[in-house]
Amino acid sequence: MSGSPLTGSLFALVAWLAIAALSLLPGRDAWFARRLAFPLGALTGLVLAAFGLQAAWAPVEQMTLPLGLPDLPFHLRLDGLAGFFLTLLGAVSAGVTLYANGYFRDETPNRLTLIALQYHIFLASMALVILADDAYLFMVAWETMALSSYFLVTTDHRLPAIRSAGFLYLLIAHLGAIAILLCFGVMHGGLGDYTFSALRAAELSPFWATAAFLLAFFGFGAKAGMIPLHAWLPEAHPAAPTPVSALMSGVMLKTAIYGMVRVIYDLIGGVRWEWGLLVLTVGAGTTLFGVLYALMQHDLKRLLAYHSVENIGIILLGLGMSMVFVGFGQTAAGALGLIAALYHTLNHAVFKALLFLGAGSILHLRGLRDLNDMGGLIRTMPNTAFYFLIGALAISALPPLNGFVSEWLTFQSALQAPLLEHGVVRSLLPLFAATLALAGALTAMCFVKVYGIAFLGQVRAPRRPAQVPAAGVGQDCGGAERIGMAWLAAGCFVLGLFPASFLLMLNRICVALLGRGLPEGALESSWLWLVPTSAAQASYSPVIFLAVIVAVTGLTFLLVRRFYHGRVRYAPPWDCGYPEQTARMQDTADAFGQPIRHVFGPLYLMKRHVPAPDDPAPRYSLKIEDRHWYLLYLPVARLAEYVSAKIGLLQRGRISIYLLYSFLTLIALLVFVR
Amino acid sequence: MTTATGIAFQLLQSVFVVLAAPLLLGWVNQCRAWLQNRSAPSILLPYYTLAKLFHKDAVIAHDASPLFRLTPYVLFGCMWLAAGIVPVLATDLPFAPAADIIALVGVFALARVFSALAAMDIGTSFGGLGARREMLIGFLAEPAMLMTLFTAAFISGSTQLTTIVETLAHREFAIHPSLAFAAVAFAMVLLAENARIPIDNPATHLELTMLHEAMVLEYSARHLALIEWAVAIKLFAYTTIGFALFAPWGIAAAGDWGALPLAVAALALKLALAGAALALVETVLAKLRLFLAPEFLSTAFLLAVLGMLIHFLVQN
Repeated sequence: MSGSPLTGSLFALVAWLAIAALSLLPGRDAWFARRLAFPLGALTGLVLAAFGLQAAWAPVEQMTLPLGLPDLPFHLRLDGLAGFFLTLLGAVSAGVTLYANGYFRDETPNRLTLIALQYHIFLASMALVILADDAYLFMVAWETMALSSYFLVTTDHRLPAIRSAGFLYLLIAHLGAIAILLCFGVMHGGLGDYTFSALRAAELSPFWATAAFLLAFFGFGAKAGMIPLHAWLPEAHPAAPTPVSALMSGVMLKTAIYGMVRVIYDLIGGVRWEWGLLVLTVGAGTTLFGVLYALMQHDLKRLLAYHSVENIGIILLGLGMSMVFVGFGQTAAGALGLIAALYHTLNHAVFKALLFLGAGSILHLRGLRDLNDMGGLIRTMPNTAFYFLIGALAISALPPLNGFVSEWLTFQSALQAPLLEHGVVRSLLPLFAATLALAGALTAMCFVKVYGIAFLGQVRAPRRPAQVPAAGVGQDCGGAERIGMAWLAAGCFVLGLFPASFLLMLNRICVALLGRGLPEGALESSWLWLVPTSAAQASYSPVIFLAVIVAVTGLTFLLVRRFYHGRVRYAPPWDCGYPEQTARMQDTADAFGQPIRHVFGPLYLMKRHVPAPDDPAPRYSLKIEDRHWYLLYLPVARLAEYVSAKIGLLQRGRISIYLLYSFLTLIALLVFVR
Repeated sequence: MTTATGIAFQLLQSVFVVLAAPLLLGWVNQCRAWLQNRSAPSILLPYYTLAKLFHKDAVIAHDASPLFRLTPYVLFGCMWLAAGIVPVLATDLPFAPAADIIALVGVFALARVFSALAAMDIGTSFGGLGARREMLIGFLAEPAMLMTLFTAAFISGSTQLTTIVETLAHREFAIHPSLAFAAVAFAMVLLAENARIPIDNPATHLELTMLHEAMVLEYSARHLALIEWAVAIKLFAYTTIGFALFAPWGIAAAGDWGALPLAVAALALKLALAGAALALVETVLAKLRLFLAPEFLSTAFLLAVLGMLIHFLVQN
């Protein structure tokens, strides 16, 4: 190894492919896939993260591989932005892959072989998406990613629900891919050269630039799960095996954000503020939609999937603000927005992967995925409970963890609004920030619900016998799983406590993309302080924050013990003196969401059946559905069916008819094309 | 910037706020009793209550997890941190830059999440009910709170409370109409966040109407004392944030030790007025139905947005 980041990243990519190939080795009980594949994959992830980190500080590197079609070699390029996303991919996948080693322990050899193969191809394709420097290689990698993840989602393809979830995912992924392909076509403007440097150099008229932007925004948005193209996400994420869900939610959605930033800022360039307003509007809608539907879920993995939708919305809010500022020529404020968006991308990857892994442990060891069947897990699964709590606090944007830092940066970005000359846009920006505040508080409510119902309280009797796999009740997650989760939980702390160093790294990306980064005042700060513009305007020091809270809490404890006593008596719960408490009297997940249904009622499509008072067999039922199905997806599906039925009329199944078609076509061509 | 006197003053103020906070609660209770024509309890009653609770043996439910026992300390720590950051007497606070107003909202959110989690820990019916209602009020209040803070931040060009106080207190006297709207919005958020009438009634244990009390039902003795104390500090912190944003007069500038007695007097006067006003509000108004709370708080949000828009208009 020459030690250059690009060679190193390529080495890691090839290592993942090699692991995928070696998993196919025939052997007793698929020993390679079972024992070595995942730990080696995790190690490769760490190596990739290290090279990505190095690349974020190193000069841009390029390379041409003699692969691909004749005259169409693969171009690779590693700059700061790509380095940042490689770090994200490597670091998050290291934790998830290590966890996967424990999670897939009980799979049969055949399935395990396939999973290990697809899993590592999936990882390698994501790295290739980030490294690609021409449209051709990008699309090849993008489709490899879509297909390998499709096969992972449909691992349990014998269940019809999972097959249809996988089909929906594949469908929307391809709609997005078509839009991205068209976007590359628009950008290259008929020159025949599809390398990114050619696309970057192409001058587009405002109309075609906007067309390219729209295609890129919705094309990548379909992969990211923004509304109205989100429908696959809450179906596909719960269907996949949990480490795969964690990887899809944590990393794959982020490749879409990478694509968006790469195409909009780098390739199209000349960002307009109107684009930013569109991104902000879609982002705000996505954020609120995601969190409001998450609050209605009682399937834990589905709930987490809706939160991914929400967090993509938060990232879009940061991106949109950045685009508005850049469009108005306020590059420094634009850099702040972009940094907030990218930092949230990284943060979401870390805590969402952690939360999915926690949910996976419950599913794997208890066979439970419905919140209403859980309860009191903190006593039997203390490790999982501890890591899940860290993830829950991080996603709820609570200081001093990482979710708060990126939301704080987004707020600071919105507070730069007075710099804008346009009066309406200036007053709109704080309102988008208010959406973010609302979403943050709703997320906190949702995770109080999840944690309170799943981990706290009393054990609920499952309504149907849980299919507990071999591990059995009463066990907590094993060593590999624990290390994987601990790695991600540590990430939540590191990203939350030392944001200033990451700020500098992201600032370099902004300088590369926008021409300039944050103002001078921001960059002189030490590692202890997070200062986005200048110390007089705003600052935040998570380390001091945490130190003070811990010190004060500890001091309180000592003082109480010193001056009073620590005597404790155990008794049955008080609960206003009501004597006959049962576990069924606790809040359920649906009951916890009741205030939300009340306040935001019109936003849901609710089908509720409330039994009459004299009903001898009363059954209460509530079904919440996504309006998008009825307003968008089903009409489009019906239209597609109608059109294909009409086209199907051509298909007669008789060879003479087909020959007639050819004949008519030839005549037509002869008439029209002279 | 960070001097030894600054750090000494920082510690002094933190201790002062923690010790003085129950006094404000006592004063509000006293005023309310007077207004309601009852014979008033001593202003020191909250201290006696705390002392009594600290001496008792803690009774904890069998199923309580470590989280349940940790929460009162975390709550107290969060509130102590919040109170230490708000410039109450002087702006010479070396720790204040560690958390600006947005981080301050984050501290309150952290405390709220912990208390809601602790409420669900035992698994009683009231705990879940209280937690869900508290989180409801929380997500309604947070955007409104943030918009008021944004208005103040736009006027002073900073989200640091100390900087806001310095620009607002030591400038030419000018009336900001936007601040008036924001102040009303802030007062409404204060009532909601501190579980006061018309959103919640701190004096009731009436089962179906309670919010905050439902969450702390299972606590007793020293844990309850810490929670009650944290509630008092929270009220004190919110009130002084209000002073810092909307009535920062009298707060001593950095290094100006001579102004400190004046600052103490100004603070006492402002607190007495604010406490009396709170008691008046709680006497005049009735508690709202729970599902009127969204209307109450969205009014606060709209007022804050209006304040911000007016600021932008005036600036043009």
